[in-house]
Amino acid sequence: MNVAVPVPYRVTHRREDTDDTVTLTLERPQTPLPRFAPGQFAMLTSYGVGEVPISLAGSAPDGGLVHTLRAVGAVTRALHAVRPGQVVGVRGPFGTGWDVPSAAGRDLVVVAGGIGLAPLRPVVLAALAERSRYGRVAVLVGARTPSDLLYIDELSTWDTIDGVRVDVTVDRPDAAWSGHVGVVTTLIDAATFDPHKSVAFVCGPEVMMRFVAEALVGRGMPAHDVRVSLERNMHCGTAWCGHCQLGPLLVCRDGPVVGYDVAGPLMRVREL
Amino acid sequence: MAAVLQAGELSELFRALHSRDYTVVGPTVRDGAIVVAELSTAEELPFGWGVETEAGTYRVRRRDDSAAFGHSAGPQSWKTVLHPPRARLWSADRTTGEVTTGEPGPRPRYALLGVRPCDVRAIGILDRVLSAGRHADPVYAGRRDGALVIAVECTEPGATCFCSSMGCGPGVESGFDLAMTELVDSEGHRFLVRAATPAGREILESLPTTPADDTTATRAADAVAGAARSMGRTMRTPGLPQLLSDSRESPHWDDVASRCLTCGNCTMVCPTCFCTSTEDVTDLTGDHAERWRRWESCYDLDFSYLHGGAVRTSGPSRYRQWITHKLGTWHDQFGESGCVGCGRCIVWCPVGIDITQEVDALATLREETS
Amino acid sequence: MTAGPADRVAVHPFLAGLTAEQRDALAADAAPASFSSGQRLFASGSAAEVFWLLESGSAALDLPVPGRGDVVVETLTGATVLGWSWLHPPYRWHFGAVAREPCVGLVFDASSVRGRCAADPAFGYAVLNLFTPVIIQRLQATRLRMLDLYAPRTAP
Repeated sequence: MNVAVPVPYRVTHRREDTDDTVTLTLERPQTPLPRFAPGQFAMLTSYGVGEVPISLAGSAPDGGLVHTLRAVGAVTRALHAVRPGQVVGVRGPFGTGWDVPSAAGRDLVVVAGGIGLAPLRPVVLAALAERSRYGRVAVLVGARTPSDLLYIDELSTWDTIDGVRVDVTVDRPDAAWSGHVGVVTTLIDAATFDPHKSVAFVCGPEVMMRFVAEALVGRGMPAHDVRVSLERNMHCGTAWCGHCQLGPLLVCRDGPVVGYDVAGPLMRVREL
Repeated sequence: MAAVLQAGELSELFRALHSRDYTVVGPTVRDGAIVVAELSTAEELPFGWGVETEAGTYRVRRRDDSAAFGHSAGPQSWKTVLHPPRARLWSADRTTGEVTTGEPGPRPRYALLGVRPCDVRAIGILDRVLSAGRHADPVYAGRRDGALVIAVECTEPGATCFCSSMGCGPGVESGFDLAMTELVDSEGHRFLVRAATPAGREILESLPTTPADDTTATRAADAVAGAARSMGRTMRTPGLPQLLSDSRESPHWDDVASRCLTCGNCTMVCPTCFCTSTEDVTDLTGDHAERWRRWESCYDLDFSYLHGGAVRTSGPSRYRQWITHKLGTWHDQFGESGCVGCGRCIVWCPVGIDITQEVDALATLREETS
Repeated sequence: MTAGPADRVAVHPFLAGLTAEQRDALAADAAPASFSSGQRLFASGSAAEVFWLLESGSAALDLPVPGRGDVVVETLTGATVLGWSWLHPPYRWHFGAVAREPCVGLVFDASSVRGRCAADPAFGYAVLNLFTPVIIQRLQATRLRMLDLYAPRTAP
């Protein structure tokens, strides 16, 4: 298989999550790509428009792919507009995954900012699928406004599960919002987890991840137990194009999931 | 196995290569420079041409002998052939559902004639980046597999050369099929030729050579050894990756940036710079889409574009990225240095920035601040 | 129902930086407080004569904006301190606060605490040292929110 050539996947379902975000379900083709692990990403092609890296947001029952994406540029706008029955190109899986099984026996702290909840959804689903393998699960979600929240029904369901606690906060409430208001770091103090026996999974805007990671380390977590999902410009996903470098890391190959002990010093260098 | 081939018999080498369906690519004089081009005859080689090079300067000049490989630091390297500036990755047709991969047209088998030891190492480095990772680049593989490498050792380094410092020249021990050392002296104009692979041996055996005599062998070895001692530049390599990593916040980047035009010439002429960008295009009907790949430079403002803006917008950050990657983080990513000491970046920089001097400056600054 | 103010002051994490003596002095100005869900603790503009140590529950800080009603700017969850407008003139609340869920805590007589701070500079300095880290932390969180990191960013 030529890893530079996208495999056509048919869109079977499209759900509008917010005014600029959709979740697409892609049907497993005859010759599917290898299995995607939580945290890995695909290069999605809108034929004739271009290609972008989008993390796995879930797996469809037939083994197909679920991707949540936000329309921010030409390619994502084209993908956002795709309708069921249409075809998109997929390459992958690429990158390092969250490696949820390595957190067995520990508390999980999942901290999501904005669309960062999408790559983290597979972490929660993996933990819930084998609930007894893991300790307490704290899911901390930050969004800009209540109408920007993703997977609201799932968040409510997760919160009902024994040992799982979901806390949501928004930067700006609307009149109907009765939940937390404030940046997502403010949820960390009240979260229940053993900092010496936890793994944190953090995804969101880079500045948000830095502040969250620092807050978690401030709570006593070793930096290498805090995993962040880095993002950089990507043209290939296969470590050939050189765009995704962050210092010594090729984010498509050595990331996107990286321990904060490695990522932290790099994230602190201006324009690296 | 070493043999001697007279310069006048180079046409026999061409005959041997052509009869084996190789497309011969090698140096030739064109447009005031010695470039890499497809060659039909030995006469197209730049016999009697040399170059005058220094930081920011390149001129071809007439030699007072007839050497064919007495030149260095041309604007092109073998990546022009193996990792071309433009390549089509695939094309897809919506109406038929058909996807065609790769480049249109038949793929030639290349014989790369006149690969300097620095460039032999550069090809090895590109092999490591593009073929030896988790995913092998099919465009590169299509051109690299089956390519014949005919190296030519250096006996006359250029003013900006420092292959010695990088441990990859001026002689060459591996990475080639045939290696030649050119001698022009009282015994005549000839080449000492060695074969290292079955493909190379097979060709060498078909050429009208004479066994290597001691004089020729000794003079060739002496010429290469002499070249090693007369390099134009030195790169201080010990601890180089650590120096660059320690220098991330160095004030020196502003100093370089006051000179650097961020024109990207260095990335174009560097034999190991491999960065590319992809572009998707359609025809007017929108039913036919293609993805093309082209060379890209980390100096380009959009190179690090992310969420509405680039990560590296300032000049200092882009120069820092290039030199730190080339000499430092390349080690983290690919297990070796990305620099081969060919000196092209120094010659072809319009303002003459010298990578060896910049390293010295960083080292001095680090000592002063520690 | 629970321990007296002195005992609760002794264990509240916010006051851990005080000496036992200083905590006892503070406890003298404290009384138990509790709020039911939706109950307003104070309105913006009113006199800031007290401050609270929330032990449990959470409160929303809000501001009335014409045309938008009472806009929530931040929510605070116990255990934490609530209110610092009492520290400096004009001793008026800049924002309001409403209990989001049942709150239990201690309420302090601000003018009495201020009197103690003036009379005993060491006590005053210790009390300020408790408040400034919280103020800094909340300011940083607010600045982070101002970056509006989740906003869509597209090329011009």
